[in-house]
Amino acid sequence: MRSIWIICRRELNSYFSSPIAWLLLTMYSLIFGYFFWNLLSAFLEVSMEAQMMGQMQPMNINEQIVRPLLANTAFLEIFFVPLISMRLFAEEKRNGTIELLATSPVRDMEIIVGKWLAALLLYVWLLVFTGLNFAFLFRYGHPDVKTMAVAYLGIVLQGGALLAIGAFLSTLTKNQIIAGAMTFGACLMLWIFAWVTSYNTATWATVLSYISVLPHSESFGRGVIESKDAVYYVSAIFLGLFFTARSMESLRWRS
Amino acid sequence: MITVKDLTKRYARTTAVDHISFSVEKGQIVGFLGPNGAGKTTTMRMLTCFFPPTAGTASVAGYDVLDQPLEVRRHIGYLPEAPPLYLEMETIDYLRFVGRLKGLAGAELEKRVAFVIDRCWIGDVKTKLLGKLSKGYRQRVGLAQAIIHNPDVLILDEPTSGLDPRQINEARELIRSLAGDHTIILSTHILPEVEQTCEQVLIINKGKLVATDSVANLQARARGAESVFLEVGARNGAFEAGRAREQLERVAGVSSVVVKEQLTQGAVFEIEASKGQLVRGDLARAVVSAGWELNELRSAAMSLEEIFLQLTGTTVATTEPAPELLPPAPPSEPTESSEPSSPEAKA
Repeated sequence: MRSIWIICRRELNSYFSSPIAWLLLTMYSLIFGYFFWNLLSAFLEVSMEAQMMGQMQPMNINEQIVRPLLANTAFLEIFFVPLISMRLFAEEKRNGTIELLATSPVRDMEIIVGKWLAALLLYVWLLVFTGLNFAFLFRYGHPDVKTMAVAYLGIVLQGGALLAIGAFLSTLTKNQIIAGAMTFGACLMLWIFAWVTSYNTATWATVLSYISVLPHSESFGRGVIESKDAVYYVSAIFLGLFFTARSMESLRWRS
Repeated sequence: MITVKDLTKRYARTTAVDHISFSVEKGQIVGFLGPNGAGKTTTMRMLTCFFPPTAGTASVAGYDVLDQPLEVRRHIGYLPEAPPLYLEMETIDYLRFVGRLKGLAGAELEKRVAFVIDRCWIGDVKTKLLGKLSKGYRQRVGLAQAIIHNPDVLILDEPTSGLDPRQINEARELIRSLAGDHTIILSTHILPEVEQTCEQVLIINKGKLVATDSVANLQARARGAESVFLEVGARNGAFEAGRAREQLERVAGVSSVVVKEQLTQGAVFEIEASKGQLVRGDLARAVVSAGWELNELRSAAMSLEEIFLQLTGTTVATTEPAPELLPPAPPSEPTESSEPSSPEAKA
C-alpha cells in the first residue's frame, strides 16, 4: 500500500513539474468554459423568447444545461485520457527508469496501481476546475446536487476505465506518441461501438454495444447509479490494470 | 554473498548467457569483464531480478532470485548502464523517492539521503534538476541511489562509462571505498579499471565464463615465467647490441633474449626467464660487470589486456608495442557514447 502511494505521489509531482498538467488544465478549462457558455446562452435565449411569447415553456437547468454539459465532458475524455496516460510507462521505458522501479522491492501491481491512480487524480483535478462554472449555476439557480454528483461519479469511473486501458497501451512502446495514438484510437472505438445498435439488433451488435462506454455513461448522466453500468466500469478498470500487469511481466521475460 | 549456478538466459534466437557459475564472498569487489555484448548486463539483470533466468539458479544474500525476488531486491543496490534518473526531478527529491521506494522513512531516510549526498560528492547539485546535470554528476547520483538503502550487494553496470579521466578516478576511488561494507560486482570493458579496482575478475565472452580468478593469479597464470625489460646504455665507446645479447644469454636462468629496440648508444632487450627462475639480480650484475649503463630494468608482468585477449581468443597484433609502453589507457571507449543508452537497446 505504502509503495502505491510513493509511486503515485512521484507521478503526480512529475505531471505538475512538467508543463503537461498545466497545459491540460488550461485547455480543459477553456473548452469546458466554452461548452458552458454555449449551453447557458442557448438556455437564456430560449427562456427570453418564452417570456416574450408569453407562454411558459418548461425550463429546467438540470435537463438543459447540466446534463448536456456533463455528457460533453464524458465525450471530452476521449481526447484528454490519451494525453494523460500516454507517458505513464512509455516515458519510463525510454528513460530507463523502469529498470529502477522493476528492481526495487515493490510488486509490479503496486507500480501499476500507483501510476494509474496518479493519472486518475490528475483527471479528477481537471474535473474540479469545471466546478467553477457550476458555482455560477448554484448562485443563480437551483441545480440538483445529487444528479450532478452521480454524473461526476460516472465520468470519473469512465475516466478510470479509459486510463487503465491507456496505461496498458503505454507499456507496449517507449514512444509516447504511439502510446497516445493507440489510446486515442481505442477510446474512440469504445465510444462508437454503440452506434451499431441504431440499425442492428443482432446478438453481436448488442454485445458490441455493451462493450462500448457510451450506453453505460447515460444512466449516470441521468443521475441514476445502475449496477450493471457500475460493474461495467469497475471491471473495465480491473481488466485494463490486469493487462498492464501481464504486459509488464512479458516485458521482463522478453527484454 | 552471491552464488550463481548454471545461470542461463536465452532470447528468441540467441543465448545471451550460457551456464555461468560463480560465487562472490562478502566484502569483495569483483570485476565482470567482457567485450560489448558478452552478456554482462544480462547477467546483472538476472541478479537484480529485472528478469528471470531461463535456466539455472542464483541467490543473493541468501535469497533466491526466482522464489524471493522482493527480498533479493531489498538487499541489492543497482546502477544500470544508463543511470535511471527522472530528469524533471531535483537531486534531493529523487534520492528521497528512491529511499522511500526501498523502504526507508522518516528520520532514517533523511539521514541516509544526507549520507549519500556527502559520500558521492553531490552536495553542489542537491537542488538542481537532474536533467541539467552533467554526465559525471548523473553517474554519481546514480551511484547514490544505488547505495541509499545500505544494501549488502552493489551491482554496477559500467559505472565509469562516459566520464572524463578525473571523474573516472573519483568514481573508482568511491567504489573502492564502498567495498568492505558492500559486496560489489561491477562490469566493465575497460581493463585497467579491473586491475585498479577489483580483487577478483570474472571474464565473460559470448555468454560463457572463460576465466575467474584474482587479478594477481590471473597475471601469474598467464605469464608462466618471468619476463624482464632491460635497457642498457654504452658507458664509453663501442656498444654492439648483438654481442650484448650473447652475453646476456649466458646469464643463468635466462631462456631467451630479444633485442626490442636499437638505440644510438644502447639497446632495449626483452628477456624471458625459464620457469620458476628469478633473473633480475643476475642480469643487473652482468650488465654492471660488462661495463654498461643499467638504464632500466623491470619485470614485465603480462597486463590484463593481454590475458583478456588471450582468453577471449583474439590475438594481440605483434607490431603493437607492449601495453606498458602505451600512454595511460583512454578514459572511455569512443564506442560507448555512440551506443544507444536505453536499457532495452542493449538486450
